[in-house]
Amino acid sequence: MSMSATHHHSAQDSSHIRLSIGGMSCAGCVSSVETALRGVPGVTAATVNLGERTAEVSGTAAPEALIAAVKAASYDAAELRGVEDDEAKQAAEQAHYRRLLRKTAVAAAIGVPLFLGEMLGWLPPLSTAGGQIFWLAVGAMSLAAMVYSAGHLFAGAWKAFKVHNANMDTLIALGTGAAWVYSMIVAVFPAAVPSLAQHAYFEAAVIIIALVNFGAALEMRARGRTSEAIRRLIGLQAKTARVLREGEERDIPFAKLGLDDTVRVRPGERVPVDGVVIDGQSTIDESMLSGEPMPVTKKPGDEVVGGTINLSGSFLFQAKRIGRDTVLARIIEMVRRAQATKPAIGRLADKVSAVFVPSIMLIAVVTFLLWYNFGPEPRLSFAVVTAMTVLIIACPCALGLATPISIMVGVGKAAEFGILIRNGEALQQAARLTTVVLDKTGTVTEGRPAVTRILPLAGWDENALLQLAASVEAGSEHPLAAAVTAAAKTRALSASAVEQFEALSGRGVCARVGGKTVLFGNRKLMDERGVAAAVVEQQIDALAQEAATPMYLAVDGVLAGLIAVADPIKEDSEAAIARMHKLGLKVVMITGDHRLTAAAVARRVGIDEVIAEVLPQDKAACVTDLQASGAVVAMVGDGVNDAPALAQADVGYAIGTGTDVAIESADVALMGGSLHGVVDAIAVSQATLRNIKQNLFGAFIYNGVGIPVAAGLLYPLAGVLLNPMIAGAAMALSSVTVVSNANRLRWFKLREAAA
Amino acid sequence: MSALINLLGVALAGFIVWWFWLSRPRAHAAGAAPVTVVVADGVYTPARIEARAGEPLVLRFLRKDASHCAEKVIFDDLQLSAELPIGKPYDVRLTPPAPGEYVFTCEMRMYRGSVVAK
Repeated sequence: MSMSATHHHSAQDSSHIRLSIGGMSCAGCVSSVETALRGVPGVTAATVNLGERTAEVSGTAAPEALIAAVKAASYDAAELRGVEDDEAKQAAEQAHYRRLLRKTAVAAAIGVPLFLGEMLGWLPPLSTAGGQIFWLAVGAMSLAAMVYSAGHLFAGAWKAFKVHNANMDTLIALGTGAAWVYSMIVAVFPAAVPSLAQHAYFEAAVIIIALVNFGAALEMRARGRTSEAIRRLIGLQAKTARVLREGEERDIPFAKLGLDDTVRVRPGERVPVDGVVIDGQSTIDESMLSGEPMPVTKKPGDEVVGGTINLSGSFLFQAKRIGRDTVLARIIEMVRRAQATKPAIGRLADKVSAVFVPSIMLIAVVTFLLWYNFGPEPRLSFAVVTAMTVLIIACPCALGLATPISIMVGVGKAAEFGILIRNGEALQQAARLTTVVLDKTGTVTEGRPAVTRILPLAGWDENALLQLAASVEAGSEHPLAAAVTAAAKTRALSASAVEQFEALSGRGVCARVGGKTVLFGNRKLMDERGVAAAVVEQQIDALAQEAATPMYLAVDGVLAGLIAVADPIKEDSEAAIARMHKLGLKVVMITGDHRLTAAAVARRVGIDEVIAEVLPQDKAACVTDLQASGAVVAMVGDGVNDAPALAQADVGYAIGTGTDVAIESADVALMGGSLHGVVDAIAVSQATLRNIKQNLFGAFIYNGVGIPVAAGLLYPLAGVLLNPMIAGAAMALSSVTVVSNANRLRWFKLREAAA
Repeated sequence: MSALINLLGVALAGFIVWWFWLSRPRAHAAGAAPVTVVVADGVYTPARIEARAGEPLVLRFLRKDASHCAEKVIFDDLQLSAELPIGKPYDVRLTPPAPGEYVFTCEMRMYRGSVVAK
């Protein structure tokens, strides 16, 4: 039997992947899919279930390799994975948070009374017999508190030590452990240490542990908020899907949904996966993915995307992408990946963190020896306290956290606005930009030529003119013709029958409609056919100013009017370009269009420089030229035609990608079509980089100042020594501060300048 | 007494340098089965895994530490990262492209492990 093989492997000795297989029609397919899967290196077993149209694969092969093998055998495949179990994770985090607070409370309950007693001089001196017993009892109590509240730190330090590693736990365990051991020696053998050095530090050890736990709890709270963006995206995933199988509709868990399944979506429900509508019609709110507020109408043949909300009608669609292949899953993956990348600015901190803890241990040893050999009496006490304070104050976490935590919040924030930043390096580059290069078509303009004006002459009206033009253009394939027929369609004008249609290359068209000869085309056509066109000279000049292309319509040799076609400028392009100027950026437009048309567009939106009549393949070279002149260049394009230029630029922005988020050539994908997205992306990058710099500066200064002070540098100068408990408080707060600073990015406002 | 303490101090410093920087932990040799890497108490266990370059390897991370520190595992050189669930195994599949040491760490670089490809 096919299913049995997979169950021989326990979860311990093998790794399983479940695939949904598409395109299987017969039992014969089973063996060819199985053969294809077994041929992948690393596969130990593969079994296909025809009824469920799934495959179970064991071994070390990557899912991508398996899917590629199935596709090579002419079937379709996708990995089946469940929705992430966010609730279980949050519950575990909550439990951990409460545990940290309990540990804090226990340590504080012992440490605080001791500390107060010490301050107020209520505790007996060690030199008396009763005092010694008191201190031994305190030592035992402290040990109990340390075992309960810091057991995990000591265990971690020991485990790390065994694998030649040292971490945060190592420092805390060494610092508090040394304090306890020294205090115990003093309590048991007071005679072994000089009388001036007879001081126990139990309360310091316990209070430091309370502070460390409290700091960890605060940090946990603060960090929970940093991953809010990802949690929101995961929340868009539907948990179940209503599938039509064997003639009936059933709700099944999301993870069981396979390729080609027919899925019903009712009003108010989320679309579970990506697919194509096969029946019904509806409007869908896609704003959660694209940031575009307008609902979109869907009819059979249209694509729907998982995570969007069905607003009105009920419809059926066929699942085409499931599991990790859906747009939503890929967006989540992209954001996660970007959140884990680090710009160059963070590398120094990484190098420092790698050697940080052993270095601090060395500094502590040296501090101890210096005080022991050269310090004032009681030398031993000073040596122990300063070494302990050095170990406690050093905080590798703040350093290690400085960059990634800001990236995490910044990239997540951007994603909320449909701005997908591919890596941390793009953030850093974006903050250095001097020049933005905009591709004209589809970036500054809509990318869809449309009729902008209809100018009828006497005896004609707009509709009659447009109707006639659309009739003669119905058979034409010219892009300008498409604009005319589309305009007629929106005005519900139907085309008349056309005879003797003739396309005149580079001029226009000629045809007979209703017994009349109709000419539709450019000035050249009119001049050749002897149509008097001088009467519209003024309008023509005005149209050129508007970057529109005029087309002339003549009936029986007499000019009837003009239809102007232009690629309309996006309504917010001008405002967005003004914002770019505000950021101090030079804005360059690059286009294959004629100089005059380009100049007219540039004038209207406030562009600084135009590079016109550029062949598509030369755009990358233009970017290189700008870079050679010292500019740090952002290139903005649609990501398809200008991929080489996007890749060449310091930061490439693909605009209006919609749900096609996997555009590889761009560093940043903007799902929305507005140029404001580019400005927002740059602004959020700058804010994130600023935040990283603050964090790094804070972390370096903290350690750079804190460690020498802890070592007692101020003592010879000012006679001041840092209390180890204050060092503990500073350490506990340092990483909380870094996380809180990063969290400020969550309140970063976009488009404030546009408002 | 004083000389002894100084001697101990210098010896301790020497030990720190040798133990943390100069010597390496014993490696765990990876086979065809996934290597379970326990993520707990600030340490990956095992922390050093030997594998063959060019061959796929599955690291099955089992995260027991609920603190955020343990949440991510990042393979810098392989441009790979994963978010680990708590208490459930999570497989990371990778293929070391060439012989060498591939370090994996948590976000803050306190958890630290490496795959040594031969």
